[in-house]
Amino acid sequence: MIYKVISKKEFTAFVDTLVKANLSYGPKQVDTAKNGDPIYQFKEVHSAEEIAFDYTATHSSAKHLLLPYSEELSHFTFRDGDWKQEIAYENTPKVLIGLRACDISGLNILDDVLLNGKFPSPYYLAHRKNTFIIGMDHLPLPDCFCKSLNHHTVSKGFNLFCSDIGDKYYLSINSSKAYTYLKEFAIEDPSDEDDCRLIERRKLIKQSFRTEVEVTGLPSFLDIEFDSPIWKKWGDKCLNCGTCAMVCPTCYCYDTKEHIDTGLEGASREKQLYSCNLVDFAEVAGGHNFRPGNGDRLKYRYYHHYRGFAENANQQICVGCNRCGRACLADINPKDVINDLRMEKESCMICASPSPIRT
Amino acid sequence: MQTDRGYKCRITNIVELTGEEKLFQLRIIDRHERQIFSFRPGQFLMLEVPGYGQIPISISSSTSNNEFIELCIRKAGRVTGALFQAKAGALVAIRGPFGSSFPMDEMADSNIILVAGGLGIAPLRAPLFWINDHRDRYNKVHLLYGTKEPSQLLFTYQFDEWKKVNHIDLQTIVENPSPEWQGKTGMITELLNDIAIEPANTYAIVCGPPVMFKFVCNQLDREGIPMNRMFVSLERRMHCGMGKCCRCMVGSTFTCVDGPVFDYWSVMNLQEAI
Repeated sequence: MIYKVISKKEFTAFVDTLVKANLSYGPKQVDTAKNGDPIYQFKEVHSAEEIAFDYTATHSSAKHLLLPYSEELSHFTFRDGDWKQEIAYENTPKVLIGLRACDISGLNILDDVLLNGKFPSPYYLAHRKNTFIIGMDHLPLPDCFCKSLNHHTVSKGFNLFCSDIGDKYYLSINSSKAYTYLKEFAIEDPSDEDDCRLIERRKLIKQSFRTEVEVTGLPSFLDIEFDSPIWKKWGDKCLNCGTCAMVCPTCYCYDTKEHIDTGLEGASREKQLYSCNLVDFAEVAGGHNFRPGNGDRLKYRYYHHYRGFAENANQQICVGCNRCGRACLADINPKDVINDLRMEKESCMICASPSPIRT
Repeated sequence: MQTDRGYKCRITNIVELTGEEKLFQLRIIDRHERQIFSFRPGQFLMLEVPGYGQIPISISSSTSNNEFIELCIRKAGRVTGALFQAKAGALVAIRGPFGSSFPMDEMADSNIILVAGGLGIAPLRAPLFWINDHRDRYNKVHLLYGTKEPSQLLFTYQFDEWKKVNHIDLQTIVENPSPEWQGKTGMITELLNDIAIEPANTYAIVCGPPVMFKFVCNQLDREGIPMNRMFVSLERRMHCGMGKCCRCMVGSTFTCVDGPVFDYWSVMNLQEAI
């Protein structure tokens, strides 16, 4: 990692040059919420002017730029009772600008899932390898809880990370490609004052979190609370719409569908991101459903995020962005569910009884 | 191992087993692919019918036969519906093999109890063939097989061969007997009462509907067989077979990568597994 500083004006020129030469995506205001707050999304941009550098958080994560909601896995061309199968791995180079630390952490988690292990995904790899990522820090929204999961900072998974230190950006340069591009612009070594301002900025970000979720020991806690009535309580509210999984930076479950071409001369196999909240997710042939109730499915999502993955990859899969909570039509969010679960146990009368006398 | 692109296979033979199940015999078309394809008892493959979809199917044939792969399939949905329309000569594709297998080497020099319920006999055929191929390595072998109706018993044409040639103690039972049924009637657990179990020297493999696992494994547990010497094969919907689509995830476990074969101790500790 190399550290440099760049004036905001020069940084805008750098981004402008990069964006004009490459397929690029950055945060743009796409709508306004009922309360007047702007709604941002990662959209294709053609100049630095279009990018909302001072945005708060996008409604959906940047996941879908590397893990599309729907993607063709292969195409079959039929002929004389036989077929030819074509598989194409997407490799269009692209630039993603303005990802928050937790967004990049989300991609790092997807890397763990999709690139490690016995069967790395070539589809995801093709996207990931050809994507240039510029991260930017920000002050958290009132409901963000990235700090609770230690994702308010990030140290890998990007080419360049920018910290706002007033009239300049403090740059963490993490790839030779980024350094080569930046050398064309006026970058400088950080002064002692710049270092101090970076530390102050980080301190400010850390202190700005208003929401905390206690996740210590959560995997075993969830195990113990498998039959808690809390799951029914929140499950009864859940609409099973799957919106939470769609906006989540780390949800990657999918379904495959086959479509026969109109002329019956070919077919395509398509992958579509899916949600474990959808009713048929755990259904097997013959109609038996291993998670028949709303609460069963809601519980499974929490188990996957906070327990299952923790056991497999030694980290929880949630990055604390609370996009799921903001998007949920039934007003369900991880903070309330987890706190409710803890409170239910911690307020039980058995816990309140005195410890036995030691002999 | 094929992951993204399937091995193209020709359906060489289709055996109608019952009104609901057929045995499909496949032959990988490419000679080189045919030679390198190998699997272990208990593993499964993803069977693809382009234009219709793909499904996970346990391999029902012998590991020692490189020429043909046999899959016992029940008509249950879109892909199997298309397969049931197919005739010998049609083309399909396979990816895999995927998943864990029954620890046949670990079971050597022991007695083996194979318990099958309904279509659960399909994944048990591979270990049965394996035992036959290495018969001198195993002691007493029991195959206990139960279905709801006598007409649902699969592979009845092989029963004599398994009994006489393979020296396997085969016992069947049905829940609802037909007037001509001469055999035993009741639940599959009743067959366990009729065999002498030596718990210190016995392994068990149990395949069938989820509801059967608990009853059979609990009875075997009462007989003294340790839970880590009972093996079950779990069934889940899958779209990849590679631990990526998450459809088969149970707790922190992927049925496709960590299973489908699990020892009962692991399953006992896995919520929603059965």
